[in-house]
Amino acid sequence: MEQRLANSLIMTVNEKKFIETALLSDLRVDGRRPFDYRKLSISFGREDGSSEVQLGNTRVMGFVTGQLVQPYRDRPNEGTLAIYTEFSPMADPSFEAGRPGESAIELGRIVDRGLRESRAVDTESLCVISGKSVWAIRIDLHIIDNGGNLVDASNVAALAALSTFRRPECTLGENGQEVIVHPPEAREPLPLIIHHLPVAVTFAFIGKENVVVIDPTHHEEAVMGGSMTATLNTNGDVCAIQKAGGEGVLQSVIMQCLRIASVKAGDITSKIKSAVESYNTERSLRKIKRHNPSPAGYKH
Amino acid sequence: MEYVNPEGLRLDGRRPMEMRQLRAEIGAVSGADGSAMFEMGNTKVIAAVYGPREVQHRSQMVNDKALIRCEYTMANFSTGDRTRKPKGDRRSTEISLVIRQTMEACILTHLMPRSQIDIFVQVLQADGGTRSACINAATLALADAGIPMRDLVTSCSSGYLNSTPLLDLNYVEDSAGGPDVTVGILPKLDKVTLLQMDAKLPMDIFENVMQLATEGCKAVANYIREVLIQNTKQLEHRRGV
Repeated sequence: MEQRLANSLIMTVNEKKFIETALLSDLRVDGRRPFDYRKLSISFGREDGSSEVQLGNTRVMGFVTGQLVQPYRDRPNEGTLAIYTEFSPMADPSFEAGRPGESAIELGRIVDRGLRESRAVDTESLCVISGKSVWAIRIDLHIIDNGGNLVDASNVAALAALSTFRRPECTLGENGQEVIVHPPEAREPLPLIIHHLPVAVTFAFIGKENVVVIDPTHHEEAVMGGSMTATLNTNGDVCAIQKAGGEGVLQSVIMQCLRIASVKAGDITSKIKSAVESYNTERSLRKIKRHNPSPAGYKH
Repeated sequence: MEYVNPEGLRLDGRRPMEMRQLRAEIGAVSGADGSAMFEMGNTKVIAAVYGPREVQHRSQMVNDKALIRCEYTMANFSTGDRTRKPKGDRRSTEISLVIRQTMEACILTHLMPRSQIDIFVQVLQADGGTRSACINAATLALADAGIPMRDLVTSCSSGYLNSTPLLDLNYVEDSAGGPDVTVGILPKLDKVTLLQMDAKLPMDIFENVMQLATEGCKAVANYIREVLIQNTKQLEHRRGV
């Protein structure tokens, strides 16, 4: 049984004390203030449904794929959503290849709870033939570099990938039982229906006085006594909260963290939306270039 | 489906702010250093604690603290359909991690360096709130084993259905798709150590639901204290004091 957290960075006592003492004067080691996020950049691959997110030193890639499967027996009208995480050993020396460890599973479940239970992705529109054929959406998250706060980065990668993913359009055959999947060249693929974007914001509680910092780095994670991830959307709803043990905190601190989180969630949501918009514009421009003959063809 | 009828009664006849019946028994597993059985309504779990003892894998030994290991399993017969994989699946791994980190926060691990404390929790009957029952059972088992703790850890769940905050959800209410908030507190210190929530909930309603769950935790703490005092009186009696 994997015992240690994924972050088993070995730090000297001096380093730990330095981080804790600096926080008492509201200073963080990388120069941020306690409630500042690191720089978030979202980029997309050429294919629909692939995203790469960089949050400070943390890099996560998200891929979304879809497949037609049989639905669950108790939910014949709904498509399925599954999240798979891959903690690549190149991200951190303590990650092992092969079966996901505890923290990989926890991360997968946090992102899963935020998306599935809050009904962010409309699963009923993924149904093709009730009880027989539905779309199964699979989100793969690959951790490329662990610079701390994998949960938030993975969540943004999943949301960005879902927002740009397009599934092939399918129609029913003559007898109404057969499903014909149209290739993207024949019919324009359809985007998923996403009702809202649940954004995860992670807080770390460091030191005996339980100083709260947002978006902990790798080093701060090694020193922290506990952490809390709050997943919220811009409608003022709390979608999921995960505070799995660790140092006890007062209820008032939790409510204060949630209020700060809702502000940060608004920032991150607007960043995701603008990145997705520019991707979509670029995508439609690419399509237009493909269909129109280029001016260079008229040279002679 | 109506989860709270117009008279204000839930599906099993409870009021919205009423907990299920609690029952605890200390010393359920005679071979363990400490053990307890905890029931919350129809949910029944057994916890066994072994330790502090020598670390089994030398590579995992920590020089200044005790190593805490926790394993959560559900018996095959605990739910309506026979489960195929009682442990090793994602949910069990996550709950093991959650219980371990919750108990780690309250055990005084620095008093037992280079040793290992194992907490095994098994769900015998699952009817909603298994996580909470497991934490309560683990607290009792640790107390029975005599392991020094900062405070008890008690846990309770609550939800929000039909616009009413409900305390201590059972399986039917839990699978209704509404929000499910599980809270674990250190009652004397009045601090929240475990907080998990799924499904959407507006922030102000969430505060009420969390407050309700915290009250539930305090009620569980009172019951656990009573059980521990009874147990100690029995031990004194057996020693002829």
